[in-house]
Amino acid sequence: MDANASARLKKRGSAWALNIALFISMLIICLPGLWIVLNSLRPTVEIMAKPPVWIPRELSFDAYVDMFSGVGQGGIPVVAYFRNSVIIAVTSTIISLAIGMSGGYAFARYRFKGKSAWFLGLMLTRTVPGIALSLPLFFLYAKVGLIDTHAGMIIAYTALNVPFSIWLIDGFFRQVPRDLAEAAQIDGCTRWQAFWQVEFPLARPGIASAGIFAFLTSWNEFALASQLTRSTDSKTLPVGLLDYTAEFTIDWRGMCALAVVMIIPALLLTYAVQKHLVSGLTSGAIKG
Amino acid sequence: MKASRLPPHIMLLLPAVIVLAAVVVLPLLLSLWSSFTPFRLTRPESVYQFIGIRNYQRIFGDMDFWIAFGRTVLLLTVALNLEMLIGLGLALLVDRQTRGQRLLRTILMFPMMFSPILVGFQFKFMFNDNVGLVNNALQSLGLTDKAIPWLIDGKLAFLAIAAAEIWSSTAVFAIFILAGLMAMPRDPQEAARVDGCTPWQTFRYVTWPFLMPFAFIAMTIRSLDVARAYDIIKIMTDGGPAGRTEVLWTLIARTAYSDARMGMANAMAYVAILLSVAFTAYFFSQLGKARAQVAGDW
Repeated sequence: MDANASARLKKRGSAWALNIALFISMLIICLPGLWIVLNSLRPTVEIMAKPPVWIPRELSFDAYVDMFSGVGQGGIPVVAYFRNSVIIAVTSTIISLAIGMSGGYAFARYRFKGKSAWFLGLMLTRTVPGIALSLPLFFLYAKVGLIDTHAGMIIAYTALNVPFSIWLIDGFFRQVPRDLAEAAQIDGCTRWQAFWQVEFPLARPGIASAGIFAFLTSWNEFALASQLTRSTDSKTLPVGLLDYTAEFTIDWRGMCALAVVMIIPALLLTYAVQKHLVSGLTSGAIKG
Repeated sequence: MKASRLPPHIMLLLPAVIVLAAVVVLPLLLSLWSSFTPFRLTRPESVYQFIGIRNYQRIFGDMDFWIAFGRTVLLLTVALNLEMLIGLGLALLVDRQTRGQRLLRTILMFPMMFSPILVGFQFKFMFNDNVGLVNNALQSLGLTDKAIPWLIDGKLAFLAIAAAEIWSSTAVFAIFILAGLMAMPRDPQEAARVDGCTPWQTFRYVTWPFLMPFAFIAMTIRSLDVARAYDIIKIMTDGGPAGRTEVLWTLIARTAYSDARMGMANAMAYVAILLSVAFTAYFFSQLGKARAQVAGDW
């Protein structure tokens, strides 16, 4: 074999090896999700079977039917949880977007003293572990009667989402050239008009993705929700997931079904934003 | 109106500052105070009893606390480093694909939308010694005939938790490093190759310096929320069995809510907060340096 052919063979071989490595890693990424979906459709007997059943014999939507059939019939108040989750996540997202837009605009467009210190300070509030924050919040909420209310959760999640919204939205406003708004102002717009007519529409896709990110954070949060909610009045889906665990037994099938219910809205939303998310966070990376 | 005399940037920042002051800073001051008291939920009046730094002295002398602290730092170090390496590898693998990149990127983002509590549950299920996917697969392949007690043995449980953590967060690194690769000009790489660099040298001296700010952004975003791991651990092992996977956050939750010793828990919480803040502040400063370096090269 001449050197040319062997080099070509080696190159093709390594290309194949890399493709296989990619395939396997994609498989590992998908596997846990697929495993959940599969098991939500299988009867409990089959999940528990020894030796394991690899090719499902019967698939049914029984777990979902059971789940929605109400308390006492093997169900959990999933409709109430779902409603709480939606109300809390949507409201806190809207509020934190409004606050984030005003804050992000300030960082993107104005120069002021201690700007980077303020930015860092706002970001650092996000690093406080949820469980550490839940202790004093629990105490404070108990005093003012916000435990187990929608309002309490909305306020907490708004504070959780504001720093990251500011970071994202700051990035998106920086991508909008300053000259555009200035031109609009020269043409007679007020600064307020210039913002809504020129800068906001241009940054809108990015702001939408900041919103979806905030929504996902609220939708998925557990550490705070597990301490600040008590009953079906305000329990969210992540907390509801624990309804399926008892001291020593777990209803795997029911939990899988609820997991699928939780993940579908998140899946659709993330798919919608994936393009903008990265560009907002990295816009400051190179320009600084 | 008096308020409108304030400079506009202060007006714009005010709502954010107010919300964060009310929901984060004020409660933290409260917990700072209560960390100097023997506060118990069952005896509310004990919050007014000042005992100085006794809580802190107690936890600093407590072996269980230091073990949990060490385990937390170990978990974060192992997980963050592996996430970075695997994320880099994944990004490079995806970047060389010419077809189906959009699909691959979507799959890459897949774990990011899973709630940490869900990740914990999934991995608890997969690593279950009796009905889990991992043991089922190992047994069906004939690699072992015993049920490996993944979540019962302390060391194995740590591995399982690290696996869950890495699965859920590697995506952040992969996505950002991939964004860096896609934004990178190709000429310097070509030039390096023409000048006779080996692929490793090209990567080390041309590609990596460019990618570094992107890697640090991913690191910073991750470090903003490292305590997400609490949710995963809470549901996978809840610090058990017998405290062998106890990390700082599960220890805080147990001290506060099961033992109702709020003052003590707040003292621990402050150590956890300082740890998180230190992580994030460090990565923010690195991010600044990396940006400056890239900007200087151009």
